[in-house]
Amino acid sequence: MTNKIKGPSSIKTYREAINDALRQEMRRDPRVIILGEEVSGGAGCEGQDDAYGGVFGVTKGLMPEFGRERVIDTPISESAIIGAAAGAANNGLRPVAELMFFDFIGVCFDQIFNQAAKFRYMFGGKSRTPMVIRGTVGAGWRAGAQHSSMLHPVVTHIPGLKVVMPSNAYDAKGLLIQAIRDDDPVLFLEHKIMYDLKCEVPDEAYAIPFGEAAFPREGTDVTIVAISNMVHRAIQAADELAKEGISCDVIDPRTVSPLDEESILESVEITGRLVIVDEAHERCSLAADISSIVAEKGFASLRAPIRKVTAPHAPVPFSPVLEDAYVPSVERIIRAVKDVLGA
Amino acid sequence: MPYDSEFLLRAYRTMKTIRIFEERCIKEFEAGNVPGFVHASNGQESIAVASCIDLSDTDIIGSTHRGHGHSIAKGCDVIGMMKEIMGKATGLCKGKGGSMHIADFDKGMIGANAIVGGGQPLCNGAALASKTLGTKDIAMSFGGDGSANQGTVLESLNFAVVLKLPHVFMFENNGYGEGTGANYALGCESLADRNRAFGMPSEHVDGTDFFATYELCKRAIAHARDGKGPFAIEAETVRFDGHFIGDPQLYRGKDEIKLAKQNRDCIKIFRERVLKEGWLKAEDMDAIDTEVIALIETAVKEGLAAPNPDPETDLMADVYCSY
Repeated sequence: MTNKIKGPSSIKTYREAINDALRQEMRRDPRVIILGEEVSGGAGCEGQDDAYGGVFGVTKGLMPEFGRERVIDTPISESAIIGAAAGAANNGLRPVAELMFFDFIGVCFDQIFNQAAKFRYMFGGKSRTPMVIRGTVGAGWRAGAQHSSMLHPVVTHIPGLKVVMPSNAYDAKGLLIQAIRDDDPVLFLEHKIMYDLKCEVPDEAYAIPFGEAAFPREGTDVTIVAISNMVHRAIQAADELAKEGISCDVIDPRTVSPLDEESILESVEITGRLVIVDEAHERCSLAADISSIVAEKGFASLRAPIRKVTAPHAPVPFSPVLEDAYVPSVERIIRAVKDVLGA
Repeated sequence: MPYDSEFLLRAYRTMKTIRIFEERCIKEFEAGNVPGFVHASNGQESIAVASCIDLSDTDIIGSTHRGHGHSIAKGCDVIGMMKEIMGKATGLCKGKGGSMHIADFDKGMIGANAIVGGGQPLCNGAALASKTLGTKDIAMSFGGDGSANQGTVLESLNFAVVLKLPHVFMFENNGYGEGTGANYALGCESLADRNRAFGMPSEHVDGTDFFATYELCKRAIAHARDGKGPFAIEAETVRFDGHFIGDPQLYRGKDEIKLAKQNRDCIKIFRERVLKEGWLKAEDMDAIDTEVIALIETAVKEGLAAPNPDPETDLMADVYCSY
């Protein structure tokens, strides 16, 4: 496990930890601004200001402290939001733009992948685009096909973008602070099912470097790499399997671009067996990516075929019974682990 | 009498069906019988009905996340809709879509849409198909004041003019894009004026007045059907519920909803008008109320009793036509 920050701390939700990171960075650096739909809410209305603080309440309280000049409610115009964030980042600000649902990258993808991602390289290293795009990902809210996708593989594919997927409040705070201080465009993807998950979070500001995995369970029989909310299911599976004497090494990459390949390869060197859990569809997913890395660079260590536990090759269904069957379950992870063990 | 009573009763029945359907959705959501994100359109019924009442099943509408009213007005089966909203296998979209993705192609309803500004380009496509195939069908897109600021919509307005498409753009201005005021998010004084600048006829109407809205829709639809190109309407209305069901609506003014329900309830206004003019009798409308309440009760009962989809067979069905 990477060293945790010492000093005063308190129990915070994932939501509060992200709010904390934004607040502390905005206090520290006047160039940090927030823009997006309903990031405060109530603009131009008779009722209360800061009515939403984001639809999931993540940015609540920031507008009253920093004002509408720095916490900007925008029209529903995703291309304009992301483009403005990228342009402002090129010109002295450090914007944190919000996509209420990350599915909305469909509306503004040009500004992300043709613009922000390519500036640095295309302009011969002359530009910096220190922007963060926060977006909610994942199924579980019964929100249907257009509000539930896991699109991290789409952005991870693109050079120039960094992709961060914290699985707990501690990592969320430290990684968001790093994302804001980073000079490249960073996609910070929050799984909407985790907003109320709590853990101990240091009060002070701290940055967690990108490309360093965390190891929520250590073991020697099977390596399980899990991403975002799947980390919790992997931990549950590992704890269940431990009762049967099966020891799992659970790795949470925390950032998928850059990816801590070394930690994964080192673990597989010991276990010889790998299960990857990703809520994205299997084709061209992070699971497929990690699988190919290990097959290529860790082939000699492997004692069994790699197993991927992913969502199926289908959009997210609305019906709760279908959605529950869609998301990789603890049972499926346990079965995959037993498979690679030949148990 | 400018309207025959069959027409007036149909208009009243459809508006009332939407109202009771939405009120029941709110109740069923609160009871835990409706999962997910649900956006009710009660208060806006007159626009849906005025827009769709003259359309045929082959005319196309494209709707929004707040799409129950448009679906009902276009003739979608309310029992199938309730089943869909409850995620059941026998719902209009087999439980795959839910409230934000109701569609019924047999009724010319090509989909509610969870992406703001997602429907207008698609309606251009429906209009292009009609024009190319020479069917004389028109397309009508629904969007809120919020969608008016989406790039896809602004592109589609121009595109429809350039291609002279039979497309009526209906903008329901309920004063709020989610929890943000339309007077903040629309940079212009008048949305109708802005739309006119694209080069098409564009008019504003009080959307709570069924008759004014109907007359304007009639002209707009005729314009599109006659091959004169697109037409834009801004209909001002009131959203009685939140952006989504469960929205605490802190952004709304004190007594705002109460006053709107008193003074700007489109169904109340319709009733008062037809009674004052002597076009309909109160008892005929009361009889419709009773029937509608019974229908929605049936929809809820059938919805609750309907089977869930089967993950074994349904999860992977219909990803493609063939693969």
